Amino acid sequence: MPWTTIEVEKQDKFIIDDESQSGRIISYKDALYEALDQSMDRDSRVFIMGEGIDDVSGVFGTTKGLHEKYGRHRVFDTPIAENSLTGIAAGAAMAGLRPVLVHARMDFLLLSFDQLVNHAAKWSYMTGGAVSVPLVVRTISARGWGSGAQHSQCIQGMLMNVPGLKIAVPATPYDAKGLMISSIIDDNPVLFVEHRWLYKTMGKVPDTLYSIPFGKGAVRKKGSSVTIVAISYMVIEALKAARKLEAENISAEVIDLRTIKPIDEEVIFESLAKTGRLIITDTGPRTGGAASEIAAIVSEKALNYLKEPIVRVCCPDCPTPTSDVLEKAYYPDSETICDAVRGILK
Amino acid sequence: MLEKEKLLELYRIMLTIRKVEFKIDSEYKNDEMKTPIHLSIGQEAISAGVCANLRREDYVFGTHRSHAQYIAKGGDINKMFAELYLRKTGCSSGRGGSMHLMAPEVGILGSTAIVGGSIPLGTGTALASKISGDGKVSAVFFGDGAVDEGTFHESLNFASLKKLPAVYICENNSYAINSHQSARHPGDNIYRWAESYDIPGYRIDGNDVVKVSEYAADAIERCRKGEGPTLLECVTYRWKGHIGTVNDVGEGQRSQSEYDYWLSKCPIRWYTNYLYNTGLLNKAFEDNINSEIERLVNEAFEFAVNSPKPEPKELLDFVYAG
Repeated sequence: MPWTTIEVEKQDKFIIDDESQSGRIISYKDALYEALDQSMDRDSRVFIMGEGIDDVSGVFGTTKGLHEKYGRHRVFDTPIAENSLTGIAAGAAMAGLRPVLVHARMDFLLLSFDQLVNHAAKWSYMTGGAVSVPLVVRTISARGWGSGAQHSQCIQGMLMNVPGLKIAVPATPYDAKGLMISSIIDDNPVLFVEHRWLYKTMGKVPDTLYSIPFGKGAVRKKGSSVTIVAISYMVIEALKAARKLEAENISAEVIDLRTIKPIDEEVIFESLAKTGRLIITDTGPRTGGAASEIAAIVSEKALNYLKEPIVRVCCPDCPTPTSDVLEKAYYPDSETICDAVRGILK
Repeated sequence: MLEKEKLLELYRIMLTIRKVEFKIDSEYKNDEMKTPIHLSIGQEAISAGVCANLRREDYVFGTHRSHAQYIAKGGDINKMFAELYLRKTGCSSGRGGSMHLMAPEVGILGSTAIVGGSIPLGTGTALASKISGDGKVSAVFFGDGAVDEGTFHESLNFASLKKLPAVYICENNSYAINSHQSARHPGDNIYRWAESYDIPGYRIDGNDVVKVSEYAADAIERCRKGEGPTLLECVTYRWKGHIGTVNDVGEGQRSQSEYDYWLSKCPIRWYTNYLYNTGLLNKAFEDNINSEIERLVNEAFEFAVNSPKPEPKELLDFVYAG
């Protein structure tokens, strides 16, 4: 059993409570599988490639058996050559197909920056809009169980600096499916950021095909005293924090951005107009990250709403440690967020 | 033996490339073409010999030095000149410049200025053709510098594994900017790398357009039959420096004797003689075709300099598709 699975199996089955959605309660992992399955069924241009995607575990279950259903020409394993494979997927996209490329660890994505940043993301611009690159790059971050400095990175913030790229960071099963479908039908390269600790998260998911617009965040929990803007897995920690804080009579609003490129600025400003206090929490390192960008946007456009300085709850500027003791010190969790909230309300 | 029309078409393509490059060379000093240029003078036979065997819908990917491929594949030279002058009417709407020529209507989906960057992209269009069964071939051009990159090796491995319809054309002009191949490789046998990927690899005289055309035709035929990729190492020489219009001999980068040797091997002069010797070309036809191409080149230049430039308000157009 992969060590990330051991760690994920220890997690609670966090249930996203959303009365506005209809559908069955399924996991984030199954929602991803369903999005890929239904997208491949709907559109013969969609294909999936990546290291080990047709093995028995099928990327933690998200591609399991799809090669049997759609054939090995549409679902196939690749050599260990992240950069060229990204370029190959981009080339196939330029020719009109809709590739989904999988990096089972986000760390491996770093090997592919030339083709992702220099080529895929710039192609529409450099060709005056004549050639587009409808490419989806799935990347999965892990956390814990000694994953260490090279198997746990969350570098989505770094890539917000790349014009031409879109970045989805779904935190719920509903969003995992809907944003995957949106990413596949989008004509631009999309970085689809998954977090391993979200895979067991449960929530309502319709069995039909549906899409979610990019740049449209969601209020996951309403509140009045403080706004917590959360990204990816930190949405779960923020919701846990909000529940704990309720017991202390602190009303926190939790916003899930769902995509960080583009960012839904309005959903943040509307919340700040009520609360006047902002905590931003991301899975990546603090400096130059997603939280920094959100803080900058608020400073530029909504400073007058703020009653207190912004607080970022992110990983420290340190490679991920392997020691379990140091890991605990490294990762922010619901308690870290609660502390930040208590601090800002003091 | 190639048929007469094709032999004359090769001549017309090579001459067009040469005359376009000479026109750029003569106008560049006026500083109105505000883009880095990498001229193909001396290397015309390779693009001509390969592209003359491709169909209109087949794909071509080029590099920073891709004027020759653009012309040979049938890209519109009005749009090419307009791109060099960074006009709205340019093939890339003035957003690409010399290093990013493209003409999707004839299968040129773009060119890249990152050394080795086009190799995976062309492998990717070949993958798309394999998956969709559209019968197209992808021709990927790169220089001897690009084989230093991992993308060359990674792409050949993948293309062989999947038996992709790709032809890899290495235009070996011995120099990566000013680094000679001998300073970068333990040997001078680029074509032999193909063997380790179980791909046929050939080294040919890249200044002999007949030979290039024959080998390219075979490689393309292999692709159409589903037999997989081929690597063609075409040995040639660039008459100009890496960038711009200087020949850099006086700069001490290359020796006069080396330069003189390669000028004596001019692919166009050799081919003109070949056509005369085979009775396909005579003085009247030669004069005729020369003046016809000159007229087209001058028209393209006029089209370009009289075209509008992009406006500042259009800065953010095309960042995202759709």
